[in-house]
Amino acid sequence: MKRLRLERLANPQLIALVSVLLLNWLLFPNFFNVTWQDGRFFGSFIDVLNRGAPVAILAVGMTGVIATKGVDLSVGAIMAVCGAVAATMVVSGYPAPLAVAAALSVGLACGLWNGFLVAILDIQPIVATLVLMVAGRGIAQLITEGSIVTFNDPTLIFIGTGSFLGFPMAAVIAVVLMVLVTLLVRRTAIGLFVQAIGVNRAAASLAGIRSRMLLMLVYALSGFCAAIAGVVVAADIRGADANNSGLWLELDAILAVVIGGTSLLGGKFSIPMAVVGALIIQAMNTGILVSGFPPEFNLVVKAGMIILILLIQSPYAALPFQRRSALSSKAVSK
Amino acid sequence: MKRSLRPLAATAVIFVIAYALSVLQFPNMLSTRVLGNFLTDNAFLGITAVGMTFVIISGGIDLSVGAVIGFTGVLIAVLVSWLGFHPLVAFVIALGVAGLFGAAMGFTIHYLQVPPFIVTLAGMFLARGGASIITQDSVPIRHEFYDTLGDLMIRLPEGGRLSFIGLLMIAVFLGGALLAHRTKFGSYVYALGGNPVSASLMGVPVAQTTVQIYMLSSMLAALAGIVFSLYTSAGYPLAAVGVELDAISAVVIGGTLLTGGYGFVLGTFVGVMLLGLVQTYIIFDGTLSSWWTKIVIGVLLFLFIVLQRIIFAASTPGEKSPEKA
Repeated sequence: MKRLRLERLANPQLIALVSVLLLNWLLFPNFFNVTWQDGRFFGSFIDVLNRGAPVAILAVGMTGVIATKGVDLSVGAIMAVCGAVAATMVVSGYPAPLAVAAALSVGLACGLWNGFLVAILDIQPIVATLVLMVAGRGIAQLITEGSIVTFNDPTLIFIGTGSFLGFPMAAVIAVVLMVLVTLLVRRTAIGLFVQAIGVNRAAASLAGIRSRMLLMLVYALSGFCAAIAGVVVAADIRGADANNSGLWLELDAILAVVIGGTSLLGGKFSIPMAVVGALIIQAMNTGILVSGFPPEFNLVVKAGMIILILLIQSPYAALPFQRRSALSSKAVSK
Repeated sequence: MKRSLRPLAATAVIFVIAYALSVLQFPNMLSTRVLGNFLTDNAFLGITAVGMTFVIISGGIDLSVGAVIGFTGVLIAVLVSWLGFHPLVAFVIALGVAGLFGAAMGFTIHYLQVPPFIVTLAGMFLARGGASIITQDSVPIRHEFYDTLGDLMIRLPEGGRLSFIGLLMIAVFLGGALLAHRTKFGSYVYALGGNPVSASLMGVPVAQTTVQIYMLSSMLAALAGIVFSLYTSAGYPLAAVGVELDAISAVVIGGTLLTGGYGFVLGTFVGVMLLGLVQTYIIFDGTLSSWWTKIVIGVLLFLFIVLQRIIFAASTPGEKSPEKA
């Protein structure tokens, strides 16, 4: 038991997160200072949790998709569509819970559409989700008629900027979602089936796994998570911006999942680590901001991070080690 | 007709029908002026899409092209406007830098066995970030050579003009078609996309070809960046954001299979023209808003993907596995 605990603590993602946070603390000594004001916490560290939440929410859904050897490029566009739906409904007088429910249903429908293309029509995931990535932002603009729809509904705003036990609502939603989905995949056989599809879909189908239904499920979940993220972001800025809401966040979400140790070649995944990955990305963004570097460095740092991960995950880097990851052994045999 | 030519034929027929319908509604759309602007306005997209066609035929994807266009524009603007280089020298430097950049990506993809998607994503961040670090503002380019190139055009009757960059795009398409269908490199690319394992067993130099493919894509993106800087007379780090998606869309609509191994460079030309037609139609109509462009392109993409799916599911059952990354 003790050994297991130690191994858990030596997790590379957690080490990376702690190092980035410590680095931020060195650059900006007030980083961990948290103040209590108006019934909630404030501070740079809390800000990391709050700002990292949308990508973390997306990453929860994206992990399932990537575990099946897929990728969902449409999540950013789905965010824009769902934010637009929620905002326009609230503005036209519907109660906030109904608007949120409608937005979540639209996200679910978008996810099912992707799942239909991938699972039933057997289209490559990157192509299937490209359709909605291109069209989705147009649909969002159609809903908002090209303008930024702003709203004042207190219930909806609470989702974005409210607090629960002093923690920002967005972060609380992300954590709850992470726990629920992790329990769903780890306490039932779904996680195992998803992994089996990622390793070899044909073999999984032959072994009796209903791969089509499971694929529909993972894409539906991804769309649903994107809808939640879309509502959170819209509620945060108190408006739906069809052009910029969730722009390029699909790439951040994929990056978070990959940092979390999930292989893009499918078959191995961890939802909590993907959320940690999202926090690492956000901690670095915040770190770059508080340390006074221009924000343009963000992209270069992200690129450097991807290259580092590639090097670590590559079969050549894994050769000297005894315990090879599923990715590297697969890549070697490829 | 050969079954394999059907997607290309379908794209061409759809383009002709769509164009005819547009002309019925707006007779002015047939003018040489509109046709000339068609080529000029889509020149940078077309040139990028030629490189993307090669990448996709080889079974890969290149997300970095839009960022390379932006970076090239900024690099040229800085070299010409701030450091006083002659534009031609700046062009050569930009093409060289892009070539090295593409080679590095191809090298990573082959030797580290990482999916092209993630490598070119890193490339996109790197190029876009690099451009933003050099400058965040739009840098104007003023040079007599730019004016000379801008004035270089063939005048058509009825006031239309074939600009230098429009002609350059046509030349790139013809060159790309020859490279794909008439050279050894072209057949290597098709072989690689069909099945990389058989390709390497049959003696295709996989490593060399992969590096060359991504070099080609990046250098064509840099050429597109040059065209873009001629088109706008400025370099801007956020130029051409999202062009990779337009290029991929054009390639898919042009009948190239995203699983690799099959496609036409000239199909991509029709794809680019079809995207341009959608845009021009929306401008002509005046009441339709720009977001309809995205929706129509999405619908077109969907139609072509399903069309290809039906044709290839019927002709080669089980040969292309959908799981291929």
